[in-house]
Amino acid sequence: MVTEPTTATAGDKIRCDACPVMCYIKPGAAGACDRYANHDGELVRVDPHIVLERTVSHGGRLVPFQAGGDWDGTLVREPSMFVTAIGAGTTYPDYKPAPFIVSSEIDGVDMVTVVTEGIFSYCGVKVKIDTDRYLGPETATVRVQGEAVGHVTTSEYGSQMLSLGGVHHLTGGSKKEGRITCDALMDLSNCKPVEMTIDGGATVVVQAGYPPIVNGVAEERMRVGCGSATIGMFAKQWQGKVDEVVVVDDHITGVLSEHQAGKLLDIPDTGIKMKGRRSTPGRYFQVAEPGTGWGGTKISDPLTVLGPFDPKTARPGTTMLMVSTTGEHAAYYELDEALKPVEKEMPLDLKLSVERIQENCEPALCTVLFMGGAGGSLRAGVTDNPVRLTRSVKDSLTRVTSGGAPVYVWPGGGITFMVDVTQMPAGAFGYVPTPALVAPIEFTLRLSDYAALGGHMDYVRPLASLKDNTEIRQMPLMPGRRA
Amino acid sequence: MTRLPQIAWLADGRRLHLQDGPIDLIVEAEGSEIDIGAAYQAAARRFTGLLDELCTELTELRAAAHAQQCALKGVVARRMHRAVAPFAADHFITPMAAVAGSVAEEILGAMLGAARLQRAYVNNGGDIALHLADGQRFSVGLMDRPDQHGVLRTLNISADETARGIATSGRHGRSFSLGIADAVTVLARTASQADAAATIIANAVDLPGHSAIVRCPANMLQPDSDLGARLVTRDVGELSDHEIEDALEAGASCARQLLLSGLIESATLRLMGRTAMAGASRTEAHNADKGRQRVPELMHA
Repeated sequence: MVTEPTTATAGDKIRCDACPVMCYIKPGAAGACDRYANHDGELVRVDPHIVLERTVSHGGRLVPFQAGGDWDGTLVREPSMFVTAIGAGTTYPDYKPAPFIVSSEIDGVDMVTVVTEGIFSYCGVKVKIDTDRYLGPETATVRVQGEAVGHVTTSEYGSQMLSLGGVHHLTGGSKKEGRITCDALMDLSNCKPVEMTIDGGATVVVQAGYPPIVNGVAEERMRVGCGSATIGMFAKQWQGKVDEVVVVDDHITGVLSEHQAGKLLDIPDTGIKMKGRRSTPGRYFQVAEPGTGWGGTKISDPLTVLGPFDPKTARPGTTMLMVSTTGEHAAYYELDEALKPVEKEMPLDLKLSVERIQENCEPALCTVLFMGGAGGSLRAGVTDNPVRLTRSVKDSLTRVTSGGAPVYVWPGGGITFMVDVTQMPAGAFGYVPTPALVAPIEFTLRLSDYAALGGHMDYVRPLASLKDNTEIRQMPLMPGRRA
Repeated sequence: MTRLPQIAWLADGRRLHLQDGPIDLIVEAEGSEIDIGAAYQAAARRFTGLLDELCTELTELRAAAHAQQCALKGVVARRMHRAVAPFAADHFITPMAAVAGSVAEEILGAMLGAARLQRAYVNNGGDIALHLADGQRFSVGLMDRPDQHGVLRTLNISADETARGIATSGRHGRSFSLGIADAVTVLARTASQADAAATIIANAVDLPGHSAIVRCPANMLQPDSDLGARLVTRDVGELSDHEIEDALEAGASCARQLLLSGLIESATLRLMGRTAMAGASRTEAHNADKGRQRVPELMHA
């Protein structure tokens, strides 16, 4: 967004002096022209086409876009320039062909970027929430403001997965459900926080690129691994410092003395008795109900996962560390004369091992992948023969991006893609009242290939012709993409 | 510093794009190369400064129009008043209701004063002024969903007919509507008349007091709206088929009156997927499922 310096404020309104109409504009609203808007008290230009610029060096400089002078008729040789669809719009009478079909030359090859904003009424987001904490049962409904917007799918690795949106919530339910789903998808896609509640589970605030907030508590770390994996990773570091270690985990709780890793180190039996279902030696399923306590279980006192020690093997004075898979919870015990564990001050070297677990946990984040399909009409904006575009994408002749960000195109029919919303420029998503999301999508291919698949050759315009009304934004270097 | 309008070719190199503040025009002229050049020169010349001219009388243009008296001075401002005056006795209407069509007419007038053209149009955000030399015609596509294929219907306008203006009004447009119509497209003798009439008819497509209709004072949304605190439509919830028919009929009845008074040539009213017509039907409805139709010269929502 381009900030204009000359505005007078009047209360929360601002007065735009971009033209003699001199609109008063309320916060969040646009002036009569729909080109200038009040963004948090600042007058911003909202219509420009956004040109992403990538520079080879990190934190590189901004290069003016054909600064000064008129276009001289030659193709721009600026391979680091990339035109995105944000702001391309779908206005009449120009919505078809796609609003902008831009040509530029990259390494001597005429390239074409067909730029359009797609209306995705069959779209959704996949949310990965890095937490062990129990968010809700599989298939439980996820609600925003009481409306169903999606469901819990499963837990994959150390994260909880949600599937939100999709045609059934957007247009298959009540109007309110559709509107709230659309708002939630748009906010999530624009990297804004959204609070959601899960039927029979937790309340969680999700914001792409930020830690999840589960029942009011911000998550800090992903678990280092399951309880069994944690035993395997740290067994050697515990050897000789403590007799027994229990790593409490919602999925697989690990027990050092019984675990294969402990056996290999000749760690003697301690007479420990675990609750739960034994999977293989030293690995236990379902030691407790899932929850938001220790290691994604609902327990706050870890001793509740233990039965009485076996008096035949156990001896008084045996030391035991209990720790969660994130190292967030830890306690140290010694068996008394009656073989009951009694909590004691944790020795320093064990504290260090707990810190080591914490250190090896990656920061917990929420990630949001937008997923949508480029339907018939959108493809028709690009070419007369839409299926050829699909084939061209499948044959890797055409590169698909969304707001300049790399996408994963699903195998199979259609052009269904997923994109990490944090890779996209701010405010990349909009909506139409259908309700449906408007997301940018770009197809980049050789000009000759474009002609071959029935492209709208008459509408191809040079990159330089976008120099007015075009915002230049710097983007991080794209992995796998040559700058 | 002098603010100059933006004047540029569209990608096809045929159509001219003129933009200044809220005015956004797409212009096309057909004729000899010399005439086309002269027409575009004239359009660009007339467009420069036009917004400033209008803004000197902006306060008056935003006030309710009087049916007989007009103190406005500018030629475009007076045309705006002329277009809305027939409605001023019975309705609240300001000259702003005809601003888009009046500007389109002015630019087309300047082009025709400078060149002999076979066909020409000035499209001001959907409010269109047309020129047709003898024997010429335009076909205009109406579409309700930009994200879907095909046009809803095609309006044909030929030189021997009187309509030279097309305008569309509704609640999705850039200006506010007092009614609930998705779109009302009007053909009238001039673009300014079409513009004013479309506003009036779209306002009449309504279900007063209906609980599913969300309204909000216009000045809450745009502090300097010419509609002041009048309630404008923000959202329309679910309506029964019967209610949709009722609302459309209210608008169609208004349109028939305007037709009888000679203020419009025809009107096409659209609400929640249903259509009502008033006036001679020169339209062809398209079956959207049949796939792509011949693309008309002008697309219009």
